Amino acid sequence: MSTDETGPGGAQTPEMTATPDVKGPDLLQLITPAGERISHPEFDFWVRDITDDQLCSLFEDMTVIRRIDVEATALQRQGELALWPPLLGQEAAQIGSGRALRADDFVFSSYRENGVAYCRGVDLTDLLRVWRGNASGGWDPYGINMATPQIIIGAQTLHATGYAMGIQNDGADAVAVTYFGDGATSEGDVNEAMVFAASFQAPVVFFCTNNHWAISEPVRLQSHIQLADRATGFGIPSLRVDGNDVLAVMAATRLALDRARRGGGPTFIEAVSYRMGPHTTADDPTRYRDANELEDWAAKDPISRLAGLLDRKGILTAELQQQVKDKADAVASEMRRGCTTMPEPQPMDIFKHVYSTPNSWLERQQDHYARYLASFGDPDGAVSKEGAR
Amino acid sequence: MTQLTFARAINAGLRKSLESDSKVVLLGEDIGTLGGVFRVTDGLQKDFGKHRVVDTPLAESAIVGTAVGLAYRGYRPVVEIQFDGFIYPAFDQIVSQVAKLHYRTRGAVRMPITIRVPFGGGIGSPEHHSESPEAYFTHTSGLRVVTVANPQDAYMVIQQAIACDDPVLYFEPKRRYHDKGEVDESVDPRSALPMDKARVLTDGSDVTLVAYGPLVKTALDAASAAADEGISLEVIDLRSLAPVDYEPVVASVRKTGRLVVTHEAAQSGGLGAEVAASITERCFYHLEAAPVRVTGFDIPYPYSKLEMHHLPGLDRILDGVDRALGRPNSLSGLEG
Repeated sequence: MSTDETGPGGAQTPEMTATPDVKGPDLLQLITPAGERISHPEFDFWVRDITDDQLCSLFEDMTVIRRIDVEATALQRQGELALWPPLLGQEAAQIGSGRALRADDFVFSSYRENGVAYCRGVDLTDLLRVWRGNASGGWDPYGINMATPQIIIGAQTLHATGYAMGIQNDGADAVAVTYFGDGATSEGDVNEAMVFAASFQAPVVFFCTNNHWAISEPVRLQSHIQLADRATGFGIPSLRVDGNDVLAVMAATRLALDRARRGGGPTFIEAVSYRMGPHTTADDPTRYRDANELEDWAAKDPISRLAGLLDRKGILTAELQQQVKDKADAVASEMRRGCTTMPEPQPMDIFKHVYSTPNSWLERQQDHYARYLASFGDPDGAVSKEGAR
Repeated sequence: MTQLTFARAINAGLRKSLESDSKVVLLGEDIGTLGGVFRVTDGLQKDFGKHRVVDTPLAESAIVGTAVGLAYRGYRPVVEIQFDGFIYPAFDQIVSQVAKLHYRTRGAVRMPITIRVPFGGGIGSPEHHSESPEAYFTHTSGLRVVTVANPQDAYMVIQQAIACDDPVLYFEPKRRYHDKGEVDESVDPRSALPMDKARVLTDGSDVTLVAYGPLVKTALDAASAAADEGISLEVIDLRSLAPVDYEPVVASVRKTGRLVVTHEAAQSGGLGAEVAASITERCFYHLEAAPVRVTGFDIPYPYSKLEMHHLPGLDRILDGVDRALGRPNSLSGLEG
C-alpha cells in the first residue's frame, strides 16, 4: 500500500479499499504462509538461538491461547462472562512479542492482549474477573509486570512512555512495551506518546497490531499511509512485520527491545495481522465485512503456518500434537473452573479502593448505604443482590 | 518566619519536597529553564537537574499521561498545567486514568500525582487564562481537590499534596501570586492542619461566609466592612473542595443560622450548590434563611475589561450577606 494508490487527494473512499495490501515491500517475513522458513540478512540474527524445541513451545503457546480464547467465548455464550474480546488470528503477534520480553520489562496493553498476559504468567482466573463483571481489574500489575488492560483507546501508550522515562531516571535497562491497535494510531494520546518518547528517547516499544478493523472501521479510514510510516514522522524508527509470523514478530520485538536497552530510544512495530473474530462477543462483523476477506486471511493462519514449518522439519509428531492439545484442554478446564467458582463480589465492595486514604465524603455515603442495606434486616440477602432499585 | 510571596511559598514547598523525596519529579511546560510563566518553579531545575524538573513538549494529555506511567514506576510526579483553561486536553487522563487507577487495580497501583493548576481571574488576561474549572474535578471520584488562600497554606499544602498517596488537584489562585505573607518553614507538614480540613478565619455570629482560593481575601475584606456596620461574619476558608470538610461549616451555621457561599466559578452545578445542599440537609432546622450563592455567572469567562462584573467582589458579597439577613438588598421584592 502506498499513498499513490489513493490518487491525488485521496480520491478513493476508504470503503473501496477496505483491506490494504498486506505485503508491502518492507513487510518482514521469516515464515511464509505455507510454512517455509525464508532467510533474511538482518533478522535471522535475532532468532538465531531459537531451537526446534523452542519452536514447538511457541506452537504450544499459540495453541493454548487460541484454546483460552475459544473457551472464554464459550463461557460468554453460556452466560458465565458478560463480554469477551477475542484475539483469534492474532496469536503470533501476541506470542512472538510476549515471549521476547524479560520479566522486568513492563507491558501496557489494550484489552485484547490476553495472549501477552498469558506470556507474563497471568493467573487464569484473574484473566476473567473483568469480563465476568466481578472487578474493574483482574490482576496485580506488579505481580506480572503488566498494567491493567486499557479500555480507553490508546491512553496506555502515554503510561508506557512515562514508565519508560522512570526507567531512564532509575538507570535501569528494562523496557516499557505498549500494545495498541490500528484504530488507536488516530488517537491524540498515541501521537503525543510518540512525541514524548522521541523527545526523551525513552526506552519504549510501540507495538501496533494492525488487525485491519476498529470495530467496523477499516484501517484505510484511519490512515492512507502504512501505519509504520506514521512513526517515522516523529523520528521513531519503525518496522512492518508479518504479524501472523511468530518468528518475524519475535525478531522485530527483540531488535526493538535491544535498541531500547542500549539507550537507542523508542521503536514502532506494526504487526500486520487480522481480527478473525468479532470486535467483542457483542459485535456482528457480518454487517460490515466481506466473507471473502476472512477466507483470504484464514489461509494465512499463524498457527497453521508454524505447524507447516514444524512439519517440514519433521517434528510435528502425533505425540507433540497430542501433548499440545492436552495442555490446551487442561488450561481451558482450569480457566473454566476458576471462572465458575469465582467468589461473588459483595455490595459494600464498590466503596473499596476509591482512595488509598480516608475520605469523609465517601465514608458518609458508605455508612448510609450500609444502613440502607441493614434496614432490610438481611444485608446479604435479596436486597443486597438487587441493590437500590 | 520569613516574608514570602505566594509564588515563592509554593516554590519553597516544592523545593522541600524535592529535597526530602528522591521520587518527586516535576513535569510541565516552561517549568525548567524559564522557571514557569509565573516563576513558581524558578531555580528548581538548576538545583535538581533536568531529570527531576522536566520541561515537556506541549501536550497536556501527555504530561498527565506520562505522570501516570511514572507513578506506576514508583515516582511521585508533580505536574504543572500552565493555565486553568489548558487543562481540558488532559481531561481524559485525569478523569479516566489518574482518578480511577487505584480503584481499577483494587488498590495495587497508587497514583500519588499532584496536578498544580493556576486558576481564577482578575489578571486582565485573554480567554482561557482566567477559568475556575474545579467543579469538573470535585465531581470525579478518586481525586482530591484542594485550594490555598495564603502563602503559609500554599507552602504547607503543596507538601501535603505531594506526600498524599491519592491524586490531588492543587488549585493556585493566580491573582494572589504576588501577595506576601509570613511563612514558617520550620513547621513539619505532617503536624500542620491537614489539607482536607477547612479553617475558620474569623469568629462571627450573624452570617457564615464560605469562600476558597482567591475569594478568601475578598471575604475577609467583606467581613471587615460588615463589622463597620455592626454585622458579624464568620469567614470559613474551605481549603479542600473534595472532600469538603463540613464539620466547621455545620457548627458555624448552627450558630449563625445563615449561609453565604462565594466562588469565581459559574453558579450552576458548582461548589456553592454542593455546599448549600449539604448544609441544608444537615442544618435545616437551624437555618433562618435560604443559603445564598454569590458566584461567577453561567457565562464563558468574559473579556478582561468587564471581568470585574463577573467576579464576586466585596460589594456583591455584602449584598448577598444582606439577602441572607433579610435586609434591603438588590433583589428585595423579587420572589424566589
